[in-house]
Amino acid sequence: MYEVNFIMIQYEQFTLDNGLRVLVHEDASTPMAVVNVMYDVGAKDENPNKTGFAHLFEHLMFGGSIHIPDYDEPLQRAGGENNAYTTNDLTNYYCQLPAQNIETAFWLESDRMLSLAFSTKSLDVQRKVVCEEFKEHYINKPYGNVWHLMRGLAYTTHPYKWMTIGQALSHVENATLDDVKAFFFKHYRPVNAVLVVAGNVKTEQIKQLAAKWFGPIPMGEKYERNLPAEPVQTAARILDYEANVPLDALVKTWHIDSRLSQGYYIADLITEVMGGGGSSRLFQRLVKERRLFSNLDCYHFGSVDNGLLAIDGKLVAGVTMDAAEAAVNEEIEQLVQEGISEQELQKIINRTESVMAFEDMAVMSRANSLAFYELLGNAALMNDEFKKYQAVTTADIKQYSQHIFRKENSNTLRYHSKAN
Amino acid sequence: MLNRTQSPVIYNAVDFNLQLPQLQSHTLDNGVPVHYLHLGEQDVMQIELVFYAGNWYEQKNMVAAATNFLLKNGTSTKTAFEINEHFDFYGAYLNRNCYSETATLTLHCLSKHLQVLLPVMAELVQDATMPAEELAIYQQNQQQRLTVNLKKCDFVANRYIDAYLYGKQHPYGTYAEAADYAAITQADVQAFYQQYYQQGHCMIMVAGKLPADVLTQLNEVFGKLPLKAGSPSIVTHTIQPAKEKKYRVVNDEAGVQGAIRMARHFPTRTHPDFKGVQILNNIFGGYFGSRLMSNIREDKGYTYGIHSYLQNNLHDSAWMISTEAGRDVCEATIAEVYKEMELLRNEPLDAEELDLVRNYMMGTLLGDLDGPFQMIARWKNYILHGLDEAYFNDSIHTIRTITPATLQTLANKYLQPNDFYELIVV
Repeated sequence: MYEVNFIMIQYEQFTLDNGLRVLVHEDASTPMAVVNVMYDVGAKDENPNKTGFAHLFEHLMFGGSIHIPDYDEPLQRAGGENNAYTTNDLTNYYCQLPAQNIETAFWLESDRMLSLAFSTKSLDVQRKVVCEEFKEHYINKPYGNVWHLMRGLAYTTHPYKWMTIGQALSHVENATLDDVKAFFFKHYRPVNAVLVVAGNVKTEQIKQLAAKWFGPIPMGEKYERNLPAEPVQTAARILDYEANVPLDALVKTWHIDSRLSQGYYIADLITEVMGGGGSSRLFQRLVKERRLFSNLDCYHFGSVDNGLLAIDGKLVAGVTMDAAEAAVNEEIEQLVQEGISEQELQKIINRTESVMAFEDMAVMSRANSLAFYELLGNAALMNDEFKKYQAVTTADIKQYSQHIFRKENSNTLRYHSKAN
Repeated sequence: MLNRTQSPVIYNAVDFNLQLPQLQSHTLDNGVPVHYLHLGEQDVMQIELVFYAGNWYEQKNMVAAATNFLLKNGTSTKTAFEINEHFDFYGAYLNRNCYSETATLTLHCLSKHLQVLLPVMAELVQDATMPAEELAIYQQNQQQRLTVNLKKCDFVANRYIDAYLYGKQHPYGTYAEAADYAAITQADVQAFYQQYYQQGHCMIMVAGKLPADVLTQLNEVFGKLPLKAGSPSIVTHTIQPAKEKKYRVVNDEAGVQGAIRMARHFPTRTHPDFKGVQILNNIFGGYFGSRLMSNIREDKGYTYGIHSYLQNNLHDSAWMISTEAGRDVCEATIAEVYKEMELLRNEPLDAEELDLVRNYMMGTLLGDLDGPFQMIARWKNYILHGLDEAYFNDSIHTIRTITPATLQTLANKYLQPNDFYELIVV
């Protein structure tokens, strides 16, 4: 319908002798530079008895490295800002600073890849900080444990069954310095990392800086991931749960395919049909027309391994759980039986195009995406994403809906208010 | 041999030549000003209609917010669904937000779609019908959301602290009760719409990679409407601060954390002390390396995060400290905040810390100005405060030149415990 005119993200790529993959994305329109280091380790790589560790570890990465007592202070002095996040799949560290000061970021990032200081004080404090984070987001908030319950219901085997914050406060509280050291030398090695430098930089300059600062770090052993696969679900699972919340909530999930499979792109578009924007089906029919839910969303987590598609909402007071669930099922049944129109497909493709264009505005976001696709296997995938969405047909949507929305592939959390 | 203990040369961000790109302005046939920045690499843009239609102008609680919300929920020729469908189809985002003085309708879109989107945007400004059914859904869902939010200690604390500072009768201090939502009538929102949108005072902020004829398009669509330039005739509200300064509230017996808010009145952005205190605030609690974060998170581990900031109100404003801390360490956290105030009052900043903060602020300013939407947001804020690029340049001058003595004077003037309200909500 419209000409698609994407700016391809240009980059150069090279690998150091120690296995560190380096990507450079030049953009002279900004005065800033971004340094993004992504490690191929997430909550799914944790010991089931020591969950929450990848995330706790992310905090410790700011507690001083072997030659530099404080990470933040010099970066701030160089006019920089930084942050990090941990998901079930990976851990990412990124900083942005005026491009003239890029070498400061190399100095800091390479030293903490070489080795941390492993300070007892830092571990003691960050255990407490993470426990407060745990309380703030997951204990002290109404519905804060929804995903703790849902992950436990939907996954019996795969480590996606726990959240990145951890299975229990005690797991975080019991972390020892030996755990920290072992984790670092297993996962935080050049061979398990991707470095992306973007912004007002030159590839030649980055080659020199990378060789100088990251080159001398020992390669380490390639981490071979060998996670237990989730068996195919064969019967619907339902959990009724009661909590001190004001309103009933309903969360349903279905297993979907892994990040690089065709199914992922179709599932992503299905979430747009059902829950993307004010004209989406669930919002229009169940929030607006039938007034059964006060909000209702449909989304997924972009998981690398087989993930979940979720529908999640709060019931209007007075509506029964059964009636609300039946209405959701009706919408799903209609999608499965009738699929979507060409017009609806065009709409969600247009929306996807727009989302991608807005995401690509920020150089930090471009750097992050390059690192992610390289971690998935090939940074060039980034420039093929939109084509994969465009290739999806209405028949694909119908067929894949029939595949995932089988009753035996479903998990239902009926979250009841004690007050009702 | 590489010396890893030695930092590479750091170029002082303070020396960078920071400039705010010049805003361009144009006047539509009806006098409505358009301010725009033509910048950016991606084919995307933003158009924001800024109306003087915040809760400053409402006669009845929550009417301004409800009217703003219902802007896109029906016109005489389109249902809410059809409006959503139109913007969704072109991958555009149409958002509305209600603030204290202003309320906005903001479009983000691919520049190539502007032509089909602008006329519908104008329809919302001229022909919204505020249907009774849509109002009823809004009331019901807002009431539900409120009952959930009232379980959260941070939400409750944010309501109370503003009410202490300004009084609950004041637009800055007011908050919604379920009954307020129930009391809104269709006549209320229709009347507010007519006065403050249809025939309201408005300005248009535009940024991104703009089509060559963007001004012509804007004039065709908005230039003939009965909109007005400037702000409405002056409405005054008087603050009525609470007498009592210290509060302890139990909202949830089983709560494991407390939301702490500490706040004092503070002049608005146009006050001569504002720029200096912005730097003092950074040192105190404005960035990751601040005194409050270093002490209360990174040394004591009492909290996931603690921040201080200057509110950005146009009339009366405040200096706020905000954190959620473990229930048993809330009082200890407050004691530490006062200790940090005392240190800033009694000891001049050493050159190294000040130097770091100068560089940090300049570097982040450089980063904040990266991108057309960020730049136009800064300009909008200046225009609403009656400021211009001289303010930006003076701020930079202040960052470069402020002395430890001046900062200590400001700390003694403003970081006085007796001036602060303090609140813990468990």
